[in-house]
Amino acid sequence: MKEFFAFVRKEFLHIFRDRKTLLVLVGLPTVLIVLFGFAISTEIRNVNIGLLSMDDDISITRLMQKIDRSEYFTYVGKYASEAEVDEAMRRGEIDAALIFPAGFIPAMFGAEGAEMALVVDATNPNNASMEVMYLSRIVYGYFGDEMAGSGIGMPSDMPAGGASLTPNLRMLYNPQLKSSYNFVPGIMGLILMLICALMTSVSIVREKETGSMEVLLVSPVRPIYIVLAKMIPYFVISCAILLNILLLTIFVLKVPVEGSFFWMILVSLIYIILSLGIGMFVSSIVKTQIIATLICGMIFLIPVMMFSGMLYPIESMPVALQWFAQVIPAKWFIEAMRKIMIEGVPVRYVTTEILIMSGLAVLFFTAAVVKFKDRIE
Amino acid sequence: MDSITIHNLKKSFGRHPLPAVDLEGDFAVGKGELFGIIGPDGAGKTTLFRILATLIRPDEGTATVEGLDIVRDYRTIRTILGYMPGKFSLYSDLSVRENLEFFASVFGKDIDSNSDMIENIYCRLRPFEKRKAGNLSGGMKQKLALCCSLIHSPSVLFLDEPTTGVDPSSRRELWENLAELRDRGMTIVVSTAYMDEADRCDTVAMMKSGKFLTVDSPSDIVAQFDRRLLSVRSDDMFRLLHDLRSMETVEKCYTFGDTHHVTLKDGADVSVDGIAGRLGSEYGHTGVTVREISASLEDCYMNLGDK
Repeated sequence: MKEFFAFVRKEFLHIFRDRKTLLVLVGLPTVLIVLFGFAISTEIRNVNIGLLSMDDDISITRLMQKIDRSEYFTYVGKYASEAEVDEAMRRGEIDAALIFPAGFIPAMFGAEGAEMALVVDATNPNNASMEVMYLSRIVYGYFGDEMAGSGIGMPSDMPAGGASLTPNLRMLYNPQLKSSYNFVPGIMGLILMLICALMTSVSIVREKETGSMEVLLVSPVRPIYIVLAKMIPYFVISCAILLNILLLTIFVLKVPVEGSFFWMILVSLIYIILSLGIGMFVSSIVKTQIIATLICGMIFLIPVMMFSGMLYPIESMPVALQWFAQVIPAKWFIEAMRKIMIEGVPVRYVTTEILIMSGLAVLFFTAAVVKFKDRIE
Repeated sequence: MDSITIHNLKKSFGRHPLPAVDLEGDFAVGKGELFGIIGPDGAGKTTLFRILATLIRPDEGTATVEGLDIVRDYRTIRTILGYMPGKFSLYSDLSVRENLEFFASVFGKDIDSNSDMIENIYCRLRPFEKRKAGNLSGGMKQKLALCCSLIHSPSVLFLDEPTTGVDPSSRRELWENLAELRDRGMTIVVSTAYMDEADRCDTVAMMKSGKFLTVDSPSDIVAQFDRRLLSVRSDDMFRLLHDLRSMETVEKCYTFGDTHHVTLKDGADVSVDGIAGRLGSEYGHTGVTVREISASLEDCYMNLGDK
């Protein structure tokens, strides 16, 4: 045991001697959380709206005023033709436009209902779909009130009327649609994977590269302890960073933790151990730091961004990629964290995630131990 | 009693046609012997060390260290072995003292109870105890590495090119340290590319292309040299080398310091003056001096490859 602690002490010395790396490790999560929490946001704001209307109906003017009053949209002006709307969109003057055909208002009160067009710049598909959602909500709401006020309404005898359907949208768990709710679990998944998997594997492979592994192998210490000793400091650092992220989340980003603190920490610990296992596995199969970095970065970090549902919803991916997403460890962590932290569900709803993560951890550790060589062949 | 025995050891890497180590027959290193392996770069020295240090498994053949099989009993061997690789493999970001403490505790020892073994070497390092190992000079690094490989009082010590990149005075000190350790009864196997260091070994194995060309004490190797050897100089040394090689009585000619050494073919009946005369008259060399000399280990090594 004395030998083992000598190793752990040495690893701590390595980490604390390398001040810059340590600073990056501790500073990066803070910066990322603040960045994603405040600066980078998928919420839409200041969307410029144009109008193309063949009639000068007062209710359309009032609708545009209502749109302009909302915090998301700004009414820019009226255009005379579709070509002009097109041109304005190209110039970047407007991001979306409402097009009302001639005789829209009378038609709306007619039996057939009326149609209007909503044109949106879909260069950024995420923004476009959100704009469509918000705008149609406002338009529906407005004409719904308008018709109810006019007394014609949509009683049961006119179910086919265009404006008669009023979607009642409610945003659960995140009523203000704050993007930090989505990003915090994602960032945690990313940072913990970065520190545990990447740093551990690089630090083990560095010993191979500098040749010190050769000396360590020719010692009575069981090589597997050499590797386990490497993990302890990174485990400790990860726990500190986890605490840091949680404090920032709760007190700076003001994201409430709805569920159980205990289970949230436990899920995180399982994920940390899983990431350490990945790091150990990578280090047991590669020989140079650069390859270890590339494997961790390309295979484990980038998919965290792409396939964990952090940026793009998994459900909207092609089936093959959806299957691929199932093997991304971070996906399960992020899902579990969202459920516990944001939705606040009891732990029995995240047992699948916990079991899968534990299974993966066992898998990676076993693979690493099997692949680990106590010779240098 | 033999400390190390080798029987038909062979190791190849990948698709490389020639094996890196290909020792045919039996070799032994006695207890308390200072055994030198001399050979050029790529001779297979490092691979042989790694095989004996249980880091690589041989393809064929067996070897034992202190009676323990290098493949089967590798865990036990690792407790009695000191190994210093050719590349500096300590931790550059740890201080001298921290490196030593770490390696001591890896073997479950502490520095104080094992200091007598390393005292003679460590006394030179003591002024730099707090310095980072990465900031030491080449000679100091090697001394520290030697201390770290000795801290657990191994019974067998493997040193892979410990003097490469070390200045002459540090090299001499290091060999003196090795001689002291040998006198304490430690078996030491050391490799080097420097011929002048081979004289300090009890037994020398000359290695080339994975094979031991000869294994004997330095004096016996020199005594077995059976050619006539000349040392030749002239004012135009570069042309001289070419001209000597073109002479029919010359078997081999190579530069040796600031002279050329020439071995003569068996039964070549030429005198020293005859060669000097021919170089002057036939080839037009000026300032020619030719002396008959006795062979050094390096001469023996240079002439071994042809056999």
